[in-house]
Amino acid sequence: MNMEVKSSYHQIKQTQLIGYILIALGIFSTFVFSVGVEGDAVFRLSRPRDPLALQNLVVPASPYNFFVSFVLTFLGIRLLIKRMSNYSSLYLGLGFFLLITCFLVWATAGKSFSLTGMLQATVVRATPIALAGLAGVLSERVAVINIGIEGMLLVGAFAGAVFGSIFGGLIGLIFAIFVGALFGLLLAVLVITYRVDQIIAGVAINILALGTTSFLTSHLLKSHPHLNDAPIFKPIKIPFISDLPVIGPTFFQHNFFVYGALILIIASTFYLFNTGIGLRLRAVGEHPKAADTLGVNVLKLRYLNVTLAGMVAGFGGAWFTIGSVGRFDEAMTGGRGFIGLAAMIFGRWHPVGALMAALVFGFADSLQQKLAILKTPIPSEFLAMAPYIATIVLVAGLIGRARAPNAIGKPYIKE
Amino acid sequence: MVSIELKNISKSFGPVTANKDINIFAKGGEILGLLGENGAGKTTLMNVLSGLYRPDSGTISINNEEKTFDSPRDAISAGIGMVHQHFMLVPIFSVTENVILGNEETGFANFLKLSESERKVKEISEKYSLFVDPKEKIERLPVGSQQRVEIIKVLFRSAEVLIFDEPTAVLTPQEVAELFNIMNSLKATGKAIIFITHKLHEVLEVCDRISILRAGEIVGEADPKVASNKELANMMVGRPVNLSLERRSSKPGKILLDVKNLSVLSEKLDLAVSDISFDVKEGEIVGVAGVQGNGQTELVEALTGLRSSLSGKISYFGQMVPNMNPRKIHQIGVRHIPEDRQKSGIIGNFSVGENLILNNYYAAPYSKHLKMDWDVVSIESQKIIKNFDIRTPSNDTLAQNLSGGNQQKLVVGREMSSHVDFLIASQPTRGIDVGSIEYIHEQLIKSRNAGNGILLVSTELEEILALSDRIIVLFRGRIIKEFESNPAPEQIGLAMAGHSI
Ligand SMILES: Nc1ncnc2c1ncn2[C@@H]1O[C@H](COP(=O)(O)OP(=O)(O)OP(=O)(O)O)[C@@H](O)[C@H]1O
Ligand SMILES: [Mg+2]
Repeated sequence: MNMEVKSSYHQIKQTQLIGYILIALGIFSTFVFSVGVEGDAVFRLSRPRDPLALQNLVVPASPYNFFVSFVLTFLGIRLLIKRMSNYSSLYLGLGFFLLITCFLVWATAGKSFSLTGMLQATVVRATPIALAGLAGVLSERVAVINIGIEGMLLVGAFAGAVFGSIFGGLIGLIFAIFVGALFGLLLAVLVITYRVDQIIAGVAINILALGTTSFLTSHLLKSHPHLNDAPIFKPIKIPFISDLPVIGPTFFQHNFFVYGALILIIASTFYLFNTGIGLRLRAVGEHPKAADTLGVNVLKLRYLNVTLAGMVAGFGGAWFTIGSVGRFDEAMTGGRGFIGLAAMIFGRWHPVGALMAALVFGFADSLQQKLAILKTPIPSEFLAMAPYIATIVLVAGLIGRARAPNAIGKPYIKE
Repeated sequence: MVSIELKNISKSFGPVTANKDINIFAKGGEILGLLGENGAGKTTLMNVLSGLYRPDSGTISINNEEKTFDSPRDAISAGIGMVHQHFMLVPIFSVTENVILGNEETGFANFLKLSESERKVKEISEKYSLFVDPKEKIERLPVGSQQRVEIIKVLFRSAEVLIFDEPTAVLTPQEVAELFNIMNSLKATGKAIIFITHKLHEVLEVCDRISILRAGEIVGEADPKVASNKELANMMVGRPVNLSLERRSSKPGKILLDVKNLSVLSEKLDLAVSDISFDVKEGEIVGVAGVQGNGQTELVEALTGLRSSLSGKISYFGQMVPNMNPRKIHQIGVRHIPEDRQKSGIIGNFSVGENLILNNYYAAPYSKHLKMDWDVVSIESQKIIKNFDIRTPSNDTLAQNLSGGNQQKLVVGREMSSHVDFLIASQPTRGIDVGSIEYIHEQLIKSRNAGNGILLVSTELEEILALSDRIIVLFRGRIIKEFESNPAPEQIGLAMAGHSI
């Protein structure tokens, strides 16, 4: 009986809130995206050379946006009338999706825009964020906060560039992972054995990584440019499916980093949630003392996962150089490590969740970039904020409060 | 059948000697009771036996073979299993996951064979009548079932020696009876059981032999067939203990606490307390009985300002408390002994002295002109330590290093030492030894006789019956029954199980 009371109370509040949000979105898109917009929005789905080329998608801007605004408002009112719905969060997701289409149609009205190009860029840009998020998941699942991911990305990028320049891409990648592992191990030693405050240790690692790579860049790479000229991993087209329109370019025409990230995410999901060692790892993050009383070696498992996290971050870092531009620049990771941590939280400390969140962030990133080309009246920095705000609302509405592993941040002391 | 023997075990933590030259043994088909005051060293000794601590000296032998345990893993493989004083369960894991943790059955690439393990857990639970759903999450289980999971954990590892450290402290009478059945059937299958409790009648009921510890040393053995409560208590404490309470009938005065139509949501947004009304008057102890998890926690949190209420009114001394903060409520004379000492009673890595002034450190005499007066703190805390017999090396010792019962005494001592008008006591004697229970109960009665109001929340039926002038029984967030005078325990037991007639 209690359960019913609880869920209905919670649901009514949530349904109402979402109803109001949808109505607000509908009104907003009526006045901002629909009134006074002229022309058609042309979305290019294929390049002319593509084997299975699709025709351009032509959307009459004003009618489409008026229609969608109406649908949004209608959905909102419907929720308010129903008072309670099990699917209210689905409505919210749908609402935001529709709003984004409205926005794109408005921005593209009278022009043309490569939709497929944007989706492809989304996946590319999500890759380092997803890997950073995965590194976060791996270490926080054993209760070690890892602020140092940004630094680990940076050293991975650096090692990838330098060793890639000397020995070629593959060896560069291996070194990037190795250096990442070393930094992971350093964090592990500091926080697990010496019980240094985890935030402070992470910040120290970031400063160390930034300082070292910047120093080496200005004193070594500047004078030896051949050390900063690495080959870039070539795209691998997956046979057959890469020829599919839209889907092919979006998912199946990337280089090894994208596929590698996907494989790592799937593998880590099994590792954490379906294996014996995964069970122990999660126990160590939730209730280390309980694990200890059953003979699980708490410290060893923490070492293991924090080092693995370093390796994953090193791999993600290598994307910036040998996976993307081929050279290292100072502080080139630009806070992706921290965005990865946000993806981890939005993804509720689950590898797949982190990937999904990373895709949203990647979408924001690529949207901002493409919109600069369309020359909308709104400053692109401002536009770039919108998806993040949407993410926050979506996460609050769809997912609710996320819970970090219970023992997070606490060192384990045996006696 | 298995036999274990601990010889000359000593263990100290820095200057504190927790175990000194201890010799005990246990045999299969037998239940050994371990008695001792708070801080006597029972938990430490058992942690040594289960491999969690290494003894400073002494040996453990199993079936006359000497063993050294480097980690709990060694103890587990030697057939020793322990049900800990503070449960060792991962709340977000399922029953099965908790049971198999550390001994997982895995197949290809370390993949868990969860359904196979679930079947095994089910088998064990049926074989020993430890009923629990293998797929249920721990956090959704009542304490009694969690205890069963702890026992299944031990049996899953085919332990031959089972240690129970104060398993009955959190159980209802029915659950205790059930546990004893289980212990007896385990004994019948030839397992050795070591049982720790502070409730003397329990030891007399189930044990075959009793060893008594005092200040880290074995002070004697007792035979449960001939020993009495009184003798045991005297041996433990080293002085005669008065086990029965004397109290005058109550003369209730003005209403001190008035609760009207109170509803409170839990952490998970359940309606934990739904529409309850009651009052507590001057010179009255009102007992709140009920199985743990029926809204007691949320009720107390709402009354102490730790949780905002959904609807309804709370007033103390005629003053309304619309979401008043805990300090305000404390300042008008309300004191609170929280149910979970480790969660909300003490700060583990603060010293005993600091913990003893937590509720009014900001006021004189402890704090003067922006500055703490540590001399006064030291003098005052020494007084509380002495009055409540808190066994601690000094008032600079960290609270987390006290034994479970002494942590509890620290909380009780703090809350009952400053001026009290109204006391909310949740499980005030949880895990406390007989000698100290005697003292705390006396203090509660004394406070009542002085005209204070007391709301006593306890899952301990005996305590409720011994102290309360009126009793209300909570079931699923509602007052299912009120008793004006002393009812029969069975009646309350029925109400606690949800029968309103
Ligand atoms: N980790 C520790 N560090 C320092 N001292 C400790 C530690 N654990 C226990 N002690 C001390 O050892 C002594 C024995 O504690 P123990 O927990 O064994 O008592 P106990 O008999 O189980 O008491 P209770 O009935 O209160 O649970 C106490 O004085 C306690 O303060
Ligand atoms: Mg103990």
